[in-house]
Amino acid sequence: MTQLLEMRGLTKTFGPVVACDGVDLSLDKGEIVGLLGENGAGKSTLVKMLFGIYEPDSGEIYFDGQKADIDDPGDAIAQGIGMVHQHFQLVPPLTVAENIMLGAETVSHAGPGAAVGVMNMAEAEAEVRELSNRFGLVVDPSAVVEDLPVGIQQRVEILKALNRGARLLILDEPTAVLTPKETDELLKVMRSLAETGVGIIFITHKLREVLAVTDRVTVLRDGKYIGSAVTADSSQESLAEMMVGRSVVLRVDKDDAEPGEPVLQVRDLRVRDDRGSDAVEGMSFEVRSGEILGIAGVEGNGQRELVEAITGIRKSEAGSIIFGTTDLTNGTPREVSEWGVAHIPEDREKDGLVDRYSVADNMVLNTYFKMPFASRGLRVQAAIRKWARRLIEKFDVRPRTITSPVSSLSGGNKQKVIVARELSAENKLIVASQPTRGVDVGSIEFIHNQLVHQRDKGKAVLLVSAELDEILSLSDRIAVVYEGEVVATLDGATATREEVGLLMAGGSSSA
Amino acid sequence: MSQIKPLPLALAAASLIAAVLLYSWDGQQTEAVVSRAVVEAGPLLLGALCGLLCERSGVINIGIEGMMLMSAFAGFFIASYSGSIWFGMVGGLGMASLTGLFLAWTSVTLKQDQIIAGTIINIFALGFTSFYYVQGRTMASIPRFAIPGLADLPLVGPMLFDHGILTFSAMFIVVAVHLMLYRTRWGLRTRAIGEHPSAADTVGVNVITLRYRNVIIASLLAGVAGLHLLQSASSFQRGMTNGKGFIALAVMLFGRYRPFGAMGAALLFGLLGGIQAQLQFKQALDIPPQFFGMIPYLLTIIVLAAAGLAARPPAAAGTPYEGA
Repeated sequence: MTQLLEMRGLTKTFGPVVACDGVDLSLDKGEIVGLLGENGAGKSTLVKMLFGIYEPDSGEIYFDGQKADIDDPGDAIAQGIGMVHQHFQLVPPLTVAENIMLGAETVSHAGPGAAVGVMNMAEAEAEVRELSNRFGLVVDPSAVVEDLPVGIQQRVEILKALNRGARLLILDEPTAVLTPKETDELLKVMRSLAETGVGIIFITHKLREVLAVTDRVTVLRDGKYIGSAVTADSSQESLAEMMVGRSVVLRVDKDDAEPGEPVLQVRDLRVRDDRGSDAVEGMSFEVRSGEILGIAGVEGNGQRELVEAITGIRKSEAGSIIFGTTDLTNGTPREVSEWGVAHIPEDREKDGLVDRYSVADNMVLNTYFKMPFASRGLRVQAAIRKWARRLIEKFDVRPRTITSPVSSLSGGNKQKVIVARELSAENKLIVASQPTRGVDVGSIEFIHNQLVHQRDKGKAVLLVSAELDEILSLSDRIAVVYEGEVVATLDGATATREEVGLLMAGGSSSA
Repeated sequence: MSQIKPLPLALAAASLIAAVLLYSWDGQQTEAVVSRAVVEAGPLLLGALCGLLCERSGVINIGIEGMMLMSAFAGFFIASYSGSIWFGMVGGLGMASLTGLFLAWTSVTLKQDQIIAGTIINIFALGFTSFYYVQGRTMASIPRFAIPGLADLPLVGPMLFDHGILTFSAMFIVVAVHLMLYRTRWGLRTRAIGEHPSAADTVGVNVITLRYRNVIIASLLAGVAGLHLLQSASSFQRGMTNGKGFIALAVMLFGRYRPFGAMGAALLFGLLGGIQAQLQFKQALDIPPQFFGMIPYLLTIIVLAAAGLAARPPAAAGTPYEGA
């Protein structure tokens, strides 16, 4: 095969931070290369240099045998490099065809319309249809993007890049938002695109997907090139070790659960979302002490509203939420927290931390008003510092500083601050929502072990996650939610990927 | 066109039917009311189109009032001192585009709070124009034009075909903005940067440049709105916009950020103005004229409360673009 891309010695620094340090990457035509690395390893920085979003400090990019000079995304597109971003770059109220042609519009070439750039929608839609037939990516060009399911929206993103003649496609964590079924479809699409000669750089955290679809893998760590491996010769364990730099236990070791009394009982709960439509439509379940109940489901099926209702952030419309024997339906967040509920929120930046506060202050967000951190309405700095120093040691928060603002920490360490705070307070129930989202493999292992440890201490754990692997490896029981309802409750020990995946997509378990 | 929303259109149609019925009852008065309604709608529509173009590009503009006032001020005094109404109009538009440049600079480049930027424009415009105001000046009036033949038609003649040139320009501009926004490359890009600017940026659309350009184009429309006030009043008075720039915002919302929606809403507000003027003139009812004068403002509050809930603003309106 002929070489499509070669990046040599790419370096990029942001102030004192070296995000990419002399990284090499090569790609042949029709090849799929997995780009692996923990958060902050420099994957995003590397592809952003390739796509012209960042300018490299040094290093060279050769594309199609030519030395490439890429100043901005427009430049990258013109040369045949396309990127599907982690957050979709689609305009929701516009149609598929409008989104695909944006920036390279099909306009009238003659007549008065040509002067002001009148668009030719019929021709544009025909072009989209032709393109989607050629690559086997079925999509209705006149559909409005916001009405389409996420998997189809992603297809539009890929078509958008192909429409501009992309010969190299960068996919930045494309499966993070997909159902297991949609993920399988995407992997198939990637394969068939590669067969037409398109080179693909596939960025992901998920080792299973890397093994399933890539030809080669390149691993980065701390901004440095660690190595490349042929996928056929690799295993999850060997790749994880390259990423983290030490051997990682991917399987969570846990004994059988010993469930006790019910700690949380949710009965016929109904909750509305921000736009006032029903998000949780009559959910019932219970979590007992000493067990982990996993809530599995594709995002947006009521999980966020459920967690917010339980933790007192959102009002419920009907039903009840009972902690132990205390009914705290529509209780305030303070009441819920004081009863003994720890909350690891889904959006750590928004709901879990005060970004500009110091690490120490963030460690006492739920207890700052109590002894020994406050006395007669005044804060006791010495006690707060002592507590924070203890927690960053115990939970391995890096760097070991309690005075710097929490915003200066990496994603994984921010999450550790939250986990440290929530799990160190006196509590009986732990509500963990997407606890390892965007967190590196090393921290995932740590957080998983902490949750199991809490369970073994007799606490109840409610785990909400869109990561099927996380649900399967941690949960003692699994409740699958779909469109605001619990569609099935399964035994964690016997549930299979396929079974849960099917239920998450709205199928029934017997099908 | 699918972009036209039924509510404002239905209101406009209902008003038209009512006008025809009234015409058969009292022709002269009805003609006076509908003609006045269209004239009153002019600056509201132009102001609303200014706000709409800004918000569709992702910039909130509450400085329409100030832009109109600056344009009317510059238009009047340049026309008055130069003796040419055309110099005046060019000067008014120039002044408006300067305020537009200021809004674009503060909100797009400096990334300041856009509500504050708009408020600065409003406060500055009121203070500046009041301070430099000179009493006793006059200017030639802005030309009127009656389209031969059509203007003589009953009811629709005075309503649509016999107006000052700026009222005609408003009719032309609303159609042009609609076609440009929904049918051209520029319109697609404009709608994209108002909803999801990084989506446009990553396909090579320069968000910053396009926002600058659109805010300045929009400010020219507010400029025409300000000149339209001169067309009716024939002289400049302190604070002569009298809240019309804010009512234009309500018109924009009521029209759901769509040009023809704004037109329907502007005609509704204009009709209230027309009825008020006629009742005041005839002293038909024993109600203080101030009461009728209050109605447009009252309606503005109701519209902002009710339509504001239903209208979905462009997702990126008010948010400076930070880059992909």
